[in-house]
Amino acid sequence: MPTIASRARILSDRVAQAAGLDVRLLGMLLVMAVIWLVLHTATGGNFLTPRNLFNLSLQVAVVGIMTCGMVLVIVSRHIDLSVGSQIGFIGVFGALLQNSILPIDGSSTWWIATLAMLSTGALIGLGQGLLIAYAGIPSFVVTLGGLLFFRNAAFYINSGVTVAPLNKTFQLLGGGLDGTIGAFWSWTVCALAVLSVAAMVWRSRQRRSRYGMNSRSIVMDVLLIKVWSAFIIGFTAIMNAYQQPKTNIPMGIPIPVLILIGVTIIMSAIARKHRFGRHVFATGGSSESAELAGIDTRKLTVLVFVLMGLLCGLASIVITARLNAGASVTGTMTELNVIAAAVIGGTSLAGGIGTVYGAIVGALIMQSLESGMILMGVATPLQRMVLAVVLIVAVWIDMAYRKARKS
Amino acid sequence: MTPLVELRNIVKTFGGVHAVDDVSLSLAEGEVLGLLGHNGAGKSTLIKVLAGVFPADSGTILIQGQPVSIRSTRDAKTLGIETIYQTLALSENLDSVANLFLGREMTGPLGFMNEEAMEEQARKTLGRLKLHLPSLSSLVQSLSGGQRQAVAIARAIHFNARVLIMDEPTAALGPEETLKVAALVAELSRQGIGIILISHDIHDIFDLASRLAVMKNGRLVGAVSTADVTQDEVLAMIIAGKMPERPNS
Repeated sequence: MPTIASRARILSDRVAQAAGLDVRLLGMLLVMAVIWLVLHTATGGNFLTPRNLFNLSLQVAVVGIMTCGMVLVIVSRHIDLSVGSQIGFIGVFGALLQNSILPIDGSSTWWIATLAMLSTGALIGLGQGLLIAYAGIPSFVVTLGGLLFFRNAAFYINSGVTVAPLNKTFQLLGGGLDGTIGAFWSWTVCALAVLSVAAMVWRSRQRRSRYGMNSRSIVMDVLLIKVWSAFIIGFTAIMNAYQQPKTNIPMGIPIPVLILIGVTIIMSAIARKHRFGRHVFATGGSSESAELAGIDTRKLTVLVFVLMGLLCGLASIVITARLNAGASVTGTMTELNVIAAAVIGGTSLAGGIGTVYGAIVGALIMQSLESGMILMGVATPLQRMVLAVVLIVAVWIDMAYRKARKS
Repeated sequence: MTPLVELRNIVKTFGGVHAVDDVSLSLAEGEVLGLLGHNGAGKSTLIKVLAGVFPADSGTILIQGQPVSIRSTRDAKTLGIETIYQTLALSENLDSVANLFLGREMTGPLGFMNEEAMEEQARKTLGRLKLHLPSLSSLVQSLSGGQRQAVAIARAIHFNARVLIMDEPTAALGPEETLKVAALVAELSRQGIGIILISHDIHDIFDLASRLAVMKNGRLVGAVSTADVTQDEVLAMIIAGKMPERPNS
C-alpha cells in the first residue's frame, strides 16, 4: 500500500522525468544554494561577492578537471590514488623543461611544455592502466604505488627544490592577473554559449520528431533555454564584475575556468553520448556481461586510465602555471579531494553509476565549504574535519535516496 | 544438404579435466536442437566454445561448410551466432535500448551514439517479436524476469542471427512466459534460424526440440530425433550415458 509520501515522490519524479530533469542534480544544486546562503550570512556578506566567486571558480578548476576523469575511473569500478602525486611530478617536470632545458622566454616554450606535460600524464595513465588491465593487479595497489612513486619522483628529479619562474605565456594558463580573457571575449563566449544551448535544444527536438518520438513540451524547452541562458549570463556578469586591483578593468572569465568548462562538456558528452562512455558504464555495472557483449574491457580500462592521466597533465599545467612554480609538494592529498568530489556528486564506488556534471557540483560544494570556512577564519584542521563529516553525510544521504527510489 | 553449423572433434580442457571431449555435432537451418545433460556434463562449455567465450583446444567449427575461427564473442556475433545466457548477461545499470545495442551501438562520426535511431530500431524489433516492455528508458534492474528475457531475446535476434543458443531458456520463467518463449522458438525456426536449447531438464525442451543431443562427462552420448524416442528413453541416455536399444537397429 503506497503511502501518500511515496505517491508524492513518484509523482514528482514523473513530472521531473517528463521535463527531462535530473532530480538528484536539482537536489544537489538546492543544497549548494543553501550552503552558499548560509556561508554568505556567516561571513557577514563576504561570500557571494564577485571577488570570492571569481576565486572560487579558479580554485575549483584543478580539482574539477581531475574529477571529470575520476568519475569514469570509479564508474568502471577502479580507483586512482595517484592523481595528486601525478600533478606534482608532472609540474616539476614541466617547470624544469621551461626553466632549465628550453629557453624560458622562447616563443615555443609554452606549447612544447604543455604538450610534454599532457603526454607525460597520458603515459603515466598508460603504464598504470596496462598493469591494472593486463597484469591484473588491483587498481588500488597500482595507484597506491603510483602515489608513492610519483610523489617521490617529484622530489627526486630536482632534489626537492622548487623550480621557478616559468614562461610568461605558460603562466596565463593558470589564470593569474593576465590569465583571463577580459570583458569583450567573456561576453563573446557567453553569447556563443547561449546560442549553442538553444541550438542543442532545438536539434534534440528535431531529431526526436524525425524518429516519431514525443518531444518535451515546447514550454519546457523554452524554460530550459531561459534557465541556462540566465545561468551563463549571470556567470559572465559576475566574472566581469570583478575588477583588476586598483583599476576598473573587468577581469572576465579566467582561462582555467574556460578549460574546466570545456573539459566538463567534453567528458560529459563522452560519458553519456559516446560509445566509449556507454561501454565504461556497462563494464562498471557488470564486467562479465560487458565481455559477453563483445566489449574489450581490458582495452577499455587502459583507455580510462590514459584519459585520467591526460586530465592530470592538464590539471598540473593549470596549477603549475598559477603557482608560477613547479613544487614537489603540489597536489599532496588532492587525490582525496578529487575522489570526495566525485562521490559527493553521486558517483558510486560500487561502479556503474555516476555523472560528470554531478561530480563538478560535488567539487563546487567542497570548494565552497572550504573557501567559506577560510573567509570565516576557521582553523585549517577544523576545516578538514568538517569536510570529512560532509563527505560521509553526503554519501549516507545519497544511499538512503537510492534505496528509497528502488523500493 | 550442408549443415548450418558443424562442430568437429571439439576438445576443451580445464587444468587437465576434459570438460568437452571429442564432441562432434551439427545443426541444420531452422532446426531446433535440444542439448541435454546433467550439470557438469559439458553442455555449457561446448556452447561457450561456439559462442566464443573461450576457444577450443582442438577441433573445427564449420559454418555452412566453411571452417571458421571463433576466438572471441565478437567473432561469434560477426558470424551470426547469438547466445542468450541463463543469467541473460544484461547490464542492470543500463536501459533496455542500451542493452540491446551493447557493443554494437549505432554511432555517427567520432563514435557518438545515435540514441533516437537505436530507440526506434529497438521498438521495431520488440514489436516484430511481439515482446512488450512498459518503457524502453527504464533501467533493466527495474524490469521483471519476463521483461528481462524479452530484452535478451531482442538483443540476440536484432542483428540477424543465423544461430541462436539459449541456455536454460525457460528455467526462470512462469508458465505463461514459458509458452511465449515456445511460440517464439517455433517462429524463429520457421524463419530458418538454427536454434540450440540447453537444459538439464528434459521436460523443459522435449516439446520444443526436433532433435536431442545428450552429453555426459564431457562426451556426446548421441543425438536422436525427438519423434523416435520417449522421454523415458532420453532420461536413460542422460543418466546411463547409453543410446536406447532398438530391436530394429
